[in-house]
Amino acid sequence: MNPFEYRRATDVAEAVAAVAERPDAVFLGGGTNLVDHLKLGVTRPGRLVDITRLPLDRVEPLPGGGVRVGANVRNSDLAAEPVIRSRYPVLAQALLSGASGQLRNLATTGGNLLQRTRCVYFQDITTPCNKRMPGSGCAALDGYTRHHAVLGASPQCVAVHPSDMAVALAALDAVVRTHGPAGQRAIPLVEFHRLPGAQPERDTVLDHGELITAVDLPAVPATRRSAYRKVRDRASYAFALVSVAAEVELRDGEISQARIAFGGLAHKPWRAQRAEQVLRGAPATAATFQRAAEAELVGAQPLADNAFKVPLARNTLVSVLTELTELTGATEPTQEDTP
Amino acid sequence: MTGLLPARVIGQPLERADGMAKVTGTATYAAEHPVPGLTHLHPVQATIARGRVSAVDTAQAEALDGVIAVLTPANAPRLASTEDPELAVLQSDEVAFRGQVIGAVVATTPEIARHAAGLVQVSYVEQPHDVALRPDRADLYAPDKVNPAFPTDTEQGDVPSALADAAVRLDQTYTTAWYHNNPMEPHATIASWDGGDLTLHDSTQGVTAVRDTVAPVLGVAPERVRVICPHVGGGFGSKGQPHVHLVLAALAAKAVGRPVRLVVTRQQMFALVGYRTPTIQRIRMGADRTGRLTAISVDVVEQTSRIKEFAEQTAVPARMMYAAPHRRTTHRLAALDVPVPSWMRAPGECPGMFGLETAVDEMAAACGLDPIEFRVRNEPERDPETGRPFSSRNLVACLREGARRFGWAHRDPTPRARREAGWLVGTGVAASTYPAGRIAGSSVTIRFGPDRRYQVETAAADLGTGTWTALRQIAADALGVDYAEVDLRIGDTALPPASVAGGSTGIASWGSAVLDAAEAFRDKFGANPSEGDEASGGMPDNPHTERYAMHAFGAQFAEVRVREDTGEIRVSRLLGVFAAGRIVNPRTARSQFIGGMTMGLSMALHEQSVLDQRFGHIVNHDLAEYHIAANADVAELEAHWIDEHDPYVNPLGTKGIGEIGIVGTAAAISNAAHHATGVRVRDLPITLDKFLS
Ligand SMILES: Cc1cc2nc3c(=O)[nH]c(=O)nc-3n(C[C@H](O)[C@H](O)[C@H](O)COP(=O)(O)OP(=O)(O)OC[C@H]3O[C@@H](n4cnc5c(N)ncnc54)[C@H](O)[C@@H]3O)c2cc1C
Ligand code: SF4
Repeated sequence: MNPFEYRRATDVAEAVAAVAERPDAVFLGGGTNLVDHLKLGVTRPGRLVDITRLPLDRVEPLPGGGVRVGANVRNSDLAAEPVIRSRYPVLAQALLSGASGQLRNLATTGGNLLQRTRCVYFQDITTPCNKRMPGSGCAALDGYTRHHAVLGASPQCVAVHPSDMAVALAALDAVVRTHGPAGQRAIPLVEFHRLPGAQPERDTVLDHGELITAVDLPAVPATRRSAYRKVRDRASYAFALVSVAAEVELRDGEISQARIAFGGLAHKPWRAQRAEQVLRGAPATAATFQRAAEAELVGAQPLADNAFKVPLARNTLVSVLTELTELTGATEPTQEDTP
Repeated sequence: MTGLLPARVIGQPLERADGMAKVTGTATYAAEHPVPGLTHLHPVQATIARGRVSAVDTAQAEALDGVIAVLTPANAPRLASTEDPELAVLQSDEVAFRGQVIGAVVATTPEIARHAAGLVQVSYVEQPHDVALRPDRADLYAPDKVNPAFPTDTEQGDVPSALADAAVRLDQTYTTAWYHNNPMEPHATIASWDGGDLTLHDSTQGVTAVRDTVAPVLGVAPERVRVICPHVGGGFGSKGQPHVHLVLAALAAKAVGRPVRLVVTRQQMFALVGYRTPTIQRIRMGADRTGRLTAISVDVVEQTSRIKEFAEQTAVPARMMYAAPHRRTTHRLAALDVPVPSWMRAPGECPGMFGLETAVDEMAAACGLDPIEFRVRNEPERDPETGRPFSSRNLVACLREGARRFGWAHRDPTPRARREAGWLVGTGVAASTYPAGRIAGSSVTIRFGPDRRYQVETAAADLGTGTWTALRQIAADALGVDYAEVDLRIGDTALPPASVAGGSTGIASWGSAVLDAAEAFRDKFGANPSEGDEASGGMPDNPHTERYAMHAFGAQFAEVRVREDTGEIRVSRLLGVFAAGRIVNPRTARSQFIGGMTMGLSMALHEQSVLDQRFGHIVNHDLAEYHIAANADVAELEAHWIDEHDPYVNPLGTKGIGEIGIVGTAAAISNAAHHATGVRVRDLPITLDKFLS
């Protein structure tokens, strides 16, 4: 571990300035990802600005029925929030499927969005990795790729984004609010993470020194059903091989609205717009779901060890949609689900 | 119970003597011993798999505040013996595997040491490496023996003809993955010299073995080395023999003239402290129409390191499990540019019984027989290869008792016949076995103390297994006193020597010595000793060892669920029944059995050290990526045992229970997965992709 300076910020502007003024400064959230990287030498910042004392730890209602989640809200607290459990079950389920209880107690909303890939080569400084050291090559491409991308990858990087929470947020059309040296902005979650292209070292569109302050969840109609399903190699904590966040609304056996995102398939939470198109206005049948999955996955490009992800993603999506539409078809939303 | 020590305290489910200290955090582990003036070591590891270190630039590391020394082959003290290449650290510039120790930084804090180690610049002359284990390699060779001293190959009758003539035949290859022991407590050593005397606080399965191995390497007399280890946070074989870190810590402490602490990181554990070789097992079997085996043939290919041989005895259980007139076993090794393999819980039996017991399940089906009935039909009357009688063999009793408890009777043998809410459900069975052995060399001293209590001393180890409790129970019965009247001291070479806690031999070996010492004590001092009275004993030879085949047996049953659409696999039920002689403490014994079974489940579904052949190292080298079964992966888990009286194994009648629990579990699970899905997975681990088309 390299020596570094540690600072504890007390207000947002100070935190932003403290990072912006030094190219090797970073924000420190719960530290569950960053501290590992410090130990392994994956990153060697000269300054850590601890933001966990900033007043960004609240979950608040927004005018119009949405919800604002502060960047410092811990993953376990967010999953336990009554408003999240009742109106955004997809998010509560995604959070609870991630990591372990101990980790979720520390992990923050901002840190979770910005956690870095679990690609084993990224985490091993004795191997080449374009994301860790631009231009050094991608060790994964011809290496161990069980966990890697089948959609949207580039020859420079085939890593996947590991967050479960972010997949649910992508399906929810959440918006990331930031405060940077150049002021504040609001970034739709689906545009927040990047595909690797020729610049895999950049996971997101954030600038240096730009702090996540909150994530806004839009209002959801009471008739909407949502669910998160994560498929992994064991029941205990493990990163997703494939996950699906889905929201659907039904009208007379027809799908009136659908929002789908995949995890474990790409460098970012993968919003499945092609699948959504097939679903919208179509009857809620197994054949529709199958067509939707295929429309999205037709462009998949599996690597040596991960061809299984394509049928797995297809079957998982079909299964989630089946469960959701059967539920919606069978019962009206219960009291608990109505805000 | 003729011949055996009568059990009074033995057999009671006493709580762990060390339990309170452990749960309150006051039990001291190797790295936690307070040693004044302590310094900290971080190794520098090779980033090539084969070649030579051509230059080391230590300037940046040395310039760092707090760095005391940077050791390289150029300046490290010479070892007295480099006979064991695994331990000959910093004695040459050769690199034999990626991750090998090629330097070390000693500093005032662990953080500085680690930082400085990253600043050491190493240049190499690289040679092409070869780490690919394949059964068709031209350079496979037959070792002189397999671990620890079994013949490499055996043959009886005429296997080719028997196979050709068999009514039912099987010829399949089964593979097990590369596994790392991964005890919770990493390997750790504190080495301190006082003149020519060396004290080692080490996390080890045997302080005596550590002393006797390390002393000649360092060129000191064993009497001048003291090894202390009261508690171990698991070893599973990886702490059975000293590995490089121990010598490195001692060497560095000598070099800097201060005590040195070395705690191996989790990532380093994947290169430096042993592992289980991957195995490739070609199994051929022939049977007649009634399901009687006529031939069993097991050919194993596995790896060792180029610098030091370790030959896992994978085919050995096939030599004694089932009757068949024609039989053969072979072991062939590839010597690769890989880290040195070593012991891991039930070496030989654990991987070998995966192949054998899966093959038996396939044969049973091919013969149209229930897998339990098939095993019963092929039960040998005597050890098939040696012709010796078994001292006791209760495999059939375990199978029957297990079948009763598990509810096997109503099983429909048709694969893929049971569906519950999207999950395919199946059940499977497999046999377990483990040799009942002892290791010579332990002695025990019993002293009558001022507080009128008996002090029992021996350098035995408790890996979390229960020695602190079980050995005291044995001493109480051996002396004919209450448990509370006995004090036990273990884990220190200042005590009488003891054999290593390995091969499930601990309790049988040390316990026999306790018994011998207690007899000597009573012979000398009678029932009313005086303060300071003292007697010693050792482990007497057992004349039955040559006359009988001695093994523990068991039967494992599994219920497995596989999600039809995603292939996700879960073990909803595991049940084991064991026949392992006398059980000293049912509470700690149960923990051993279910711990072994859990590790077997882990091997079946999760564990796999992923080798990247281009670099030559294991790339999933941490516990987020190397999956070990944890609580959520284990549902219903039961271990039972039958009352077994074996007057031949040793005067206690115990057979050793540390390893048998892991043996056969993976096969029971793979057999159940086949029953659930109709898909036969012959290559571990059984991951969901293997059920997806
Ligand atoms: C063993 C293990 C298993 C795991 N399993 C899962 C899993 O199954 N699913 C899953 O989703 N995750 C999993 N995780 C990852 C875990 O969710 C993340 O480590 C956690 O969410 C990161 O949050 P943090 O607050 O600790 O971030 P930190 O480690 O503090 O920071 C992570 C990054 O975010 C930056 N950062 C933090 N906060 C902000 C902010 N407000 N603005 C700008 N930048 C910021 C930091 O500079 C750093 O680069 C696992 C982690 C471990 C160690
Ligand atoms: S996939 Fe991306 S993160 Fe992994 S080695 Fe390649 S460049 Fe690095």
